[in-house]
Amino acid sequence: MTAVQSPRVDAPAQASASSRFTSRVKRVVASNPSVLPTVAAIVIFIAMVVYGEIAYGRIVQYNTLSNLLINNAHLIILAVAMTFVILTGGIDLSVGSVIALSSVAGVMLANAGWNPWVVILVMILIGTVFGVASGILIQYFNVQPFIATLAMMFLGRGLASLLSTQPERLAEDSPIRWLGEQFKVIDGEKVNDVVVTPGVIIALVVVLVAFFVLHRTRTGRTVYAIGGSESSSALMGLAVPRTKVLVYVISGTLSGVAAVVYTSRLGIAQNITGIGWELDAIAAIVIGGTLLTGGYGYVLGSVVGALVLGLMNVLITRDGGIPPEMTTIITGGILLVFVLLQRAVTSKRHT
Amino acid sequence: MSTAARTSRLRELVRKPFFWGLVAIVALLALNVLKDPNYLAITVNPVNGNLVGNVIDIVRASAPILMIAVGMSLVIATGGIDLSVGSVMAVSGAVSMVFMKDAGQSGSLGVALAAIGLALVVSALLGAVNGVLVAYVGLQPFISTLIMMLAGRGIAKVITEGQNTSATNDPFRWIANGFLVGLPVVFLIAIAVVVVVGLVVRRSALGLMIEAIGINPKASRMAGIKPSGLLLTVYILSGVLAGIAGIMSVGTVMTVDVSRTGYQMELDAILAVVIGGTSLSGGKFSIGGAVVGALLIATLDKTVVFLGISSSATPAFKAIVIVVLCLLQSDRVRSWFVQRRKPPQAPAQAGPVEVQQKQEVTA
Repeated sequence: MTAVQSPRVDAPAQASASSRFTSRVKRVVASNPSVLPTVAAIVIFIAMVVYGEIAYGRIVQYNTLSNLLINNAHLIILAVAMTFVILTGGIDLSVGSVIALSSVAGVMLANAGWNPWVVILVMILIGTVFGVASGILIQYFNVQPFIATLAMMFLGRGLASLLSTQPERLAEDSPIRWLGEQFKVIDGEKVNDVVVTPGVIIALVVVLVAFFVLHRTRTGRTVYAIGGSESSSALMGLAVPRTKVLVYVISGTLSGVAAVVYTSRLGIAQNITGIGWELDAIAAIVIGGTLLTGGYGYVLGSVVGALVLGLMNVLITRDGGIPPEMTTIITGGILLVFVLLQRAVTSKRHT
Repeated sequence: MSTAARTSRLRELVRKPFFWGLVAIVALLALNVLKDPNYLAITVNPVNGNLVGNVIDIVRASAPILMIAVGMSLVIATGGIDLSVGSVMAVSGAVSMVFMKDAGQSGSLGVALAAIGLALVVSALLGAVNGVLVAYVGLQPFISTLIMMLAGRGIAKVITEGQNTSATNDPFRWIANGFLVGLPVVFLIAIAVVVVVGLVVRRSALGLMIEAIGINPKASRMAGIKPSGLLLTVYILSGVLAGIAGIMSVGTVMTVDVSRTGYQMELDAILAVVIGGTSLSGGKFSIGGAVVGALLIATLDKTVVFLGISSSATPAFKAIVIVVLCLLQSDRVRSWFVQRRKPPQAPAQAGPVEVQQKQEVTA
């Protein structure tokens, strides 16, 4: 694993020397076919950008790309969260409804006059509690990850509905909104600026920390090892039970973070927020080349996957001719193609 | 000997697949009776001789859940899962509504039958796509039906062009709202389908073969079972049953709401199967358990509304039921009771906890 992963880490840095880069990619793909879906995701993302630029224009410019990041910051965080869980061979279906509960509770507390820092902390901790609950159910009571997180999904959605079934609006002067405020980094002509929000920066930090943890720490290696073979890693003396609970805690906590980022950008929370986001996150991860059976995958691939989904929405909006109801069919189609690709790659490896 | 025998008999009772489901139904009904002593009363409507009462409502509401739960228990028995049932319900409802709207003729039985036939064919097709992906392409059931869940809702939206579509057709409406010999037609249809499926899988070797696939696909192939064809059949059956459920659920209001019809029904189906005591890891199924599970979910839905709690909060109660059931099924909790050497008290201890938790939330 180590030998194949380190070239991947350097790969983006080599992008300038294109011939060396392609030979390097070829070598990585040849030595480890499981990166092929990730490479394919990057190629598809670039192809979508090029196609969008040619067909609709105004894609490769500062504001479109910054908006892509701003509008998908929460999805990127979710994709990172889900990557941890899926790498161990589990699944977390509760992320969407944890966001609903966390944001509804957060907005209500903020409007009740709580200190914004406390509110943000509570929002994140709600996610942590859900993560701890699923982790304990899965690890210590042998409940299947699928069913345990399904229960948490029901619970989160139900509790959010108990709190409120109306859209809760964050007060206009709430300091939490600052996280969604846009800052110009580069001032382009007219509205063509590079803008970031603190939310985007949070998302980037999350990605970097996750990348570091997964590829450079003992915990990260244990996560991969559990996905490869749980019993072997236990026999090797790795901290399997602790790590398995930890990935669900990470996933829950990051869902709380995603709730903060999303709520601060939109300023509205509702009990139906985040329906189907677990599927978006799973789709982003599958597109990014992580195997759903665990053990193989890259957190940066998941980020690319999230951006592919986001860009797809932009292109569909730009096109205008595609009815919006086709979006889910297209997402499903893309997902199918990537799963088949994974299938082809893994079956080749086994023979 | 006597204590050992008593212990094992009690264990057997507790381990009966749907024992806790029955306990929960009784507890919920008791809760309702506490609030309204006449809750269980069933009266006869003097005008048309139909039975009227809360229990009849529950039974009627359980019909679509019964359909998908039976399909789901067979799929789960093969070691798979079908997440697409809710979306297939929406597609089936959309197909039948759009067909009847375009056909007009609100009194025609032929139009109703054609709409039902068309909806079931489309549902079977969607089920077949799942089946081919799982059985022949070799994808994980979880992911292939997840794709169908995403795409299915999109297909339903494309069919209705994103609009809620209504139609009028009396024979079709009768299926969902009519009564036959005093009982709701939907329930009679559901029971008939369940009995037919139950007889086919249990009176032939089919059920055993399905379970064999779930236990060990390779071994079952070596024993002469063709897993691919059987898997395809099971997924098609699940699709068709979801189609029937879709027809039942749009028939009550004669409107298909593409984003609400069948929404999260796959979770109800899985829940029903889990309540029925079927392990999600496959290898065995219990149609009777699925029936108990479906009835429990319908009872839970009606109880929450009856107690005056927002119906969108029902998922929280379902979650509590899932967690409690999973805990009761887990070896660790069982071993706690064994270690305390008080096995006879196990049901007595666990029962009140379950009810108590429910009451805490409802209170």
